[in-house]
Amino acid sequence: MKARIQIMLKNGVLDPQGEAIKHALNNIGFESVTGVRQGKVIELDLEGSDKSQVRSQIENMCNKMLANAVIENFEIELL
Amino acid sequence: MKAAVIVFPGSNCDRDLTVALEMVGFEVTKIWHKGSELEKGIDLVAIPGGFSFGDYLRVGAIAANSPICKSIISHGERGGYIVGICNGFQILTETGLLPGALLRNSGLKYICKTVALRVETTDSVFTQKYNLSNVIKIPIAHHDGNYNANVNDIEKMKDQDLIAFRYCDNPNGSIEDIAGVLSSNRRVLGMMPHPERAFEKAHGNSDGMIFFKGLVEAFATT
Repeated sequence: MKARIQIMLKNGVLDPQGEAIKHALNNIGFESVTGVRQGKVIELDLEGSDKSQVRSQIENMCNKMLANAVIENFEIELL
Repeated sequence: MKAAVIVFPGSNCDRDLTVALEMVGFEVTKIWHKGSELEKGIDLVAIPGGFSFGDYLRVGAIAANSPICKSIISHGERGGYIVGICNGFQILTETGLLPGALLRNSGLKYICKTVALRVETTDSVFTQKYNLSNVIKIPIAHHDGNYNANVNDIEKMKDQDLIAFRYCDNPNGSIEDIAGVLSSNRRVLGMMPHPERAFEKAHGNSDGMIFFKGLVEAFATT
């Protein structure tokens, strides 16, 4: 099974990289952009076919290592 | 007095930290991250600066899941003393031994310079030799030193006097100008600045010497 995890900084946590991208976009003429947040995407190949089991396994991975609950939220998508 | 300096792939301040600890009288063992046990009788675990695992995923995240970290966490939970400097601080927040997280510097730039810090508490083995509100000059060298913690943690740190150092002129966007924090039992310290880089006359600045002298005195008298 394949899974995709999207990890984003929580609202309220300053994202200086997103801010820099926003400024750069504005500078090259995309003045309509009023906000940018940058996150990351992690794709997993894993064994198992029981979707709910796989999902809870991935939640575990996110809580243990892939995401940091202090600053980040994550979303899991099974493909 | 025994200290263990933990080495990860990408650590680069392990030797400096070892030299500083040895010069004040610690017997130092370097431990590779794949080891699963700390030697018996270790008084202090020291996690050095560097770029463990290339800062992949998040700074400190992969190191915090290394085999040796289980032993470091139990050492901390048993009331053992731990200091994490720079990447070591990032690793300690990732293990949960210290609250908060270190984010990308607000100015996005890697900063390498000497900064002024204010000593915010002298109630710890790490800061006992300083005077309260002393201003000391210690180098920083980091890209991800922007300390962040939730409101409850910050309130708790203020109430319990757990903020060890603050920047006089905040270089990286850290909340409350925080440069170093203590655990609630005051035995785990994480700090972004590098006292081991301001340790002897040859460094041009020995404000960090007092840090190590305080440590050695604390262990010599217990």
